[in-house]
Amino acid sequence: MAKKRHVTTTINGEAAEFLCEPRQSLLEVLRDTLGLTGSKEGCNNGNCGACTVLLDGVPVDSCLVLAVEVEGAQIITVEGLASEGHLHPLQQCFLEGAALQCGICTPGFLVTAKALLDHDPAPSERQIRFELAGNICRCTGYDKIVRAVQAAGRKLQEHQREQQRT
Amino acid sequence: MQDFEYAAPASIEEAITLLAEPGANARILAGGTDILVQLREGLRQTALVVDIKKIPELGAIAVAADGSLRLGAAVPCHRIWSDARLVAGYPAVTDSARIIGGWQIQGRASLGGNLCNSSPAADSIPALIVEKATCEIAGPRGRRQVPAVEFCTAPGKNVLERGEFVVALSFPPPEARAGSRYIRFIPRNEMDIAVAGSGVWLRLDAAGKTVEAARIALAAVAPTPVAATEAAEWLAGKPASEESWKKAGELARRVARPITDLRGPKEYRVHLVGVLVARALATAAERARGGDRDPMVPADGRPSGVR
Repeated sequence: MAKKRHVTTTINGEAAEFLCEPRQSLLEVLRDTLGLTGSKEGCNNGNCGACTVLLDGVPVDSCLVLAVEVEGAQIITVEGLASEGHLHPLQQCFLEGAALQCGICTPGFLVTAKALLDHDPAPSERQIRFELAGNICRCTGYDKIVRAVQAAGRKLQEHQREQQRT
Repeated sequence: MQDFEYAAPASIEEAITLLAEPGANARILAGGTDILVQLREGLRQTALVVDIKKIPELGAIAVAADGSLRLGAAVPCHRIWSDARLVAGYPAVTDSARIIGGWQIQGRASLGGNLCNSSPAADSIPALIVEKATCEIAGPRGRRQVPAVEFCTAPGKNVLERGEFVVALSFPPPEARAGSRYIRFIPRNEMDIAVAGSGVWLRLDAAGKTVEAARIALAAVAPTPVAATEAAEWLAGKPASEESWKKAGELARRVARPITDLRGPKEYRVHLVGVLVARALATAAERARGGDRDPMVPADGRPSGVR
């Protein structure tokens, strides 16, 4: 068996280190070694997006990243969205808009949608559907997800305007 | 997943040494969106994965003084479609980088990888062919260059010899009054493999009314991506009109030798070639006149809808 590697990285803003075999995916290490079980294993081949994390700000399927590759990288998982006990506006809007049913796909949708709203808090419906195409949901039919992302974008914009006033 | 060792060389020379070791059973890792799936599913075996993303040259996009552009083989798609120089100069390439998988795949997948996976349905290869890309290859016997159109030799096979890998794709300077386009047909809106695809490039005369030169290449209708040379040559000197695009599409159908598989029957794929080539030419002509950008391909580095 290949020797374990020592990897140093930053996860959700905090320094993290772990040992992994070269063949282990980032998803495996997040879930099984670090106990961050928010990222889900759906297809394990890059089709479903349930394991989406941000790697240096870019959405990737963590099942298609080797854990050994993330040395020195910045990783955001769904666990990093809420801050100081407050849900991220996306999480709040998914709850309020019932944009989930079984919930397996939800962490992936939240992370990709965060990347989208970080770039543009007022995306069009077409843009949301295009950018979230790498996330598959078999329950909702997507409409409520699209509306929740738009609502979260509006919340974020309100928040920004309030901050500008104060 | 099967057990393997991992190495991340910092230079091309170091990578060549690793790949050329006697008895080496090594695989290159760029974005990993094909190779990690193949290793996990047991479609390929390896003892060593060589991650080439730590080699600076492989991740660089550089424009030379003469206007030619050199794209590192491991640059991920999301950096390609958000690069203003590529969007303006080689739009067929950015079209293809924007539709390979979804955003997560584009966050990792590279055009070097798409090329070396050598699928007949690869979206970027027809785009590379019509933009006249050259593949820069490094190996134990030094460097060599192969035109993109000659790179693939059979499904999953290419010209790479043992120990060789693609380090960059280089493009000639963009031409004035030229435009290009890649489109494909899939039964879904996104996230699928082409049933058929068409990359086109053309240059118009100063009045924007006549085609001066054209190139056409097709995906998923032959054992390799294939150039439709007869159709492209026919277009030279013809009016830039719907009629010409249609006729060129008809001529392009002649090089299509598709198989029937789960994605579609061969007759349908041949039909699609005619439709896709005509549509792609129409958009390429609009682009050559300075119009029609794909709203999903941002010029400013941001994912973009209609804003």
